[in-house]
Amino acid sequence: MKPTEQQMKEMLRTMLTIRGFEQTACALYMDNWESGNFLGALHSYEGQEAVATGACACLRDDDYVFSTHRGHGHFIAKGGDVKAMFAELLGKEAGCSRGRGGSMHMFDPEKGLMGGNGIVGGGIPLALGPAFAANYRGTDQVTVSFFGEGASSQGVFHESLNLAALWDLPLIFVCENNRYAVGTPVSQGISVPNVSVRAAGYGCPGVTVDGDDPVAVYEAVSEAVAHARAGNGPSLVEAVTHRYSTHCMVMQEGREQSELDEMNEHDPIPRFEQYLQENGIISADEVQALKGEVSQLIEEAVAFGEDAPFPDPATVADGLWVS
Amino acid sequence: MGQITYAAALNRALAEAMREDPKVVVLGEDIGALGGIFTVTQGLLEEFGPARVFETPLSEACYVGCGTGLALCGWRPVVELMFTDFLMVAMDQVCNQAAKLRYMTGGQAKLPMTLRAPIGARNSAAAQHSQSPQAWFAHTPGLRVVMPATPADALGLLASAIECDDPVLVLEHKSHYGDKGPVPEGRHRVPLGKAEVKRSGKDVTIVGCSRMTLLALEAAEQLAAEGIEAEVVDLRSLNPLDREAIVGSVSRTRRAVVVDEGVLDFGITAEIAALVHGELFDELLAPVVRVGAVHAPIPFSPPLERAAVPQVADIVAAVRRCLGKKPADI
Repeated sequence: MKPTEQQMKEMLRTMLTIRGFEQTACALYMDNWESGNFLGALHSYEGQEAVATGACACLRDDDYVFSTHRGHGHFIAKGGDVKAMFAELLGKEAGCSRGRGGSMHMFDPEKGLMGGNGIVGGGIPLALGPAFAANYRGTDQVTVSFFGEGASSQGVFHESLNLAALWDLPLIFVCENNRYAVGTPVSQGISVPNVSVRAAGYGCPGVTVDGDDPVAVYEAVSEAVAHARAGNGPSLVEAVTHRYSTHCMVMQEGREQSELDEMNEHDPIPRFEQYLQENGIISADEVQALKGEVSQLIEEAVAFGEDAPFPDPATVADGLWVS
Repeated sequence: MGQITYAAALNRALAEAMREDPKVVVLGEDIGALGGIFTVTQGLLEEFGPARVFETPLSEACYVGCGTGLALCGWRPVVELMFTDFLMVAMDQVCNQAAKLRYMTGGQAKLPMTLRAPIGARNSAAAQHSQSPQAWFAHTPGLRVVMPATPADALGLLASAIECDDPVLVLEHKSHYGDKGPVPEGRHRVPLGKAEVKRSGKDVTIVGCSRMTLLALEAAEQLAAEGIEAEVVDLRSLNPLDREAIVGSVSRTRRAVVVDEGVLDFGITAEIAALVHGELFDELLAPVVRVGAVHAPIPFSPPLERAAVPQVADIVAAVRRCLGKKPADI
C-alpha cells in the first residue's frame, strides 16, 4: 500500500521534526557538556528518520510501539509531545518521564509509546504482551517493536520471533539496520547479510527495504500491519539505514572519515522533498512553510524544557510503588 | 612510581597477563578496534591479534557462556561487559553456570574466568547504565567479587583475578577510569580477599569500597579539620570478605560507619554491620551507622542522581551521628 498524498506531507513534517529535534538536542547536549553538565547518553536518530516515520504512519493511535536507546524518532513519529521530550532530556519534572528516565527512557502510554530501553534487545519481548492482549481480546490493534541489527544477535530476539509466530501475534518486528552495533560493523556482528532472512527460521515473512526511503518503509510495514490485523501473525521488516552520528554523543568514532562523508548521499530528507516536489505533491513554498512551522515548534519546546523546574531531590525515592 | 590512570592500569594488567600466559584471551563488545568504550582494551588487538581478542556480537548471555566454556577447558578468559547492567542479560550464565560449576561437579571443574564490568552512577546515565549491584554477586556462592578504588589496586586486583582459578568479577567504577594515581613499576599483585587501611585514625572506622573509599577519604579529610580522626578501610574484595581487617580496625576505634553505593536495603553495609555488631557488641561505643543508595532505580535528572547515591556530606553526617553529635553541635 502507498501512503496518500496527505500522509506523505505529514511524513515530511515528521521527518523534519525529528531532524530538528535531534540537531537541537545535540547542540543543547554539547552546550551543557562544555559547561560541565552531563545529560547522560544521547543517541541521535539523525539519518534514520525515514524508518520511524514510514513505520508509524501505518499505525493508529491505539497501536503500540516499543522503542530503543535511539528512540526520539519513534516517539515523535507516534505523536509524542516534543515539549515533554525536551523537558525529559534536561531532567525536568515536566518531562515525559518526570525527569527520572532521560533520553533512553521516554514513556507515553496514552500515545501507545511503551518506552525506550537501555538494554539492547530488552524491549523486544515486552512487545509480545500487548500483541498477545490484542489477540486475546479480539481487537485488531497491532504492536511494533523497533530494534537495531545488533539486537538481532540477542537471544530474546529469537525467542520472541518464535513465540510471536507460534501464537500468530499481531506484532511487527522493525529492525533498523544502521550497520553498526555501537562500533561493531554489521559484517562482524551477524552471520547473515540481511537480518530479514532470520524470519524464515521462525516461519514468518521477512523483508528488507531501503530504510532511507519513507515510502518504501511505509509500503512494507503497511503490508505487515494488514497481515497482522487480519490475524495472520507477525512479520519482520528490516530497514537498512544510516546512523549519522557516533553511537552516542562525545563517544569516539571508529568509522573512517570517508564513510562519514558519504552520509549526505543517503540523507532521506532532501531525497523525500525532491520526490514530493517532482510528483507535484508539495510545492517549494509549502516545504519552506513547513520548515518554518517545525523550527517554531522546536524553539518553543526547548524554551519550555529549559524554563521547567528540576524535580525536588527530596522526592528521589518516591514513585517506586503504586501505593 | 609512575602515575597512570585507572583505565591504563587495567590495560597494563591485561597486556602483561596476555604476554605471560598464552591462555589468557579477552572477549567482549567493541574491545578490538575501538579499544573498549572506556579504553581499557586499547592496543590489545594490535599486539595479540584477533585470535586472542574476540570481538563479540551484542549477546551477553552468549559470550559470557562462551567464556565459561573456554575456562572449563583450561583457557583463562577475561570477559568485558560494557556495563554491569548488561551483565544481567547473562545472569543465568554467571550465577547458574559459572558460579556453580566447580561445586556441583564435586570439584572437578575449574573456572579461571575473569568478568570485568563498570558500575556506578555518573553523568546521568540513568536507570539501566548506572547500577551498583555488587550485593547480588557477593551473595552468589562461587563468585569472587573485587572492587578496586585506585589505579594501583585496579592493576593488582585484575592481575590476581586473572591468575585465580575461580571465576572473579571485577567491578570497576565508571568515575575512576580517568583518575590518575601512583602505580608500582614491575610486577604488582593485590591479593584477593584482603582489605587495606587507606587512612589511619583513632576515633571512628569508615568501611567502604570502590568510589565510596575515595569519598570516605575526602570525608576523613574534612573531619580531620574539626578534630575527628577517621580510619578508612577499603574492602577491595567483597567475596571473600576480609572480616579480620574490619573487626581489627573497629576494635581499635570502637565506632564504625559503613558506606556502599549499592541500594542500602539488604546490601553490603548490612552484612558488615551485622559482622561488627556480632563480634564487637560489648566494645562498641555506638551502633554502626550505614550509608547507601536510596531504594529506587538510579534516576536520570542530575539533582535526583546526586540525591540517590551517597555523597561526601552524607558520610561526614554519618560519622558525626556515630560520634553522638547532634546537628546543633556541628
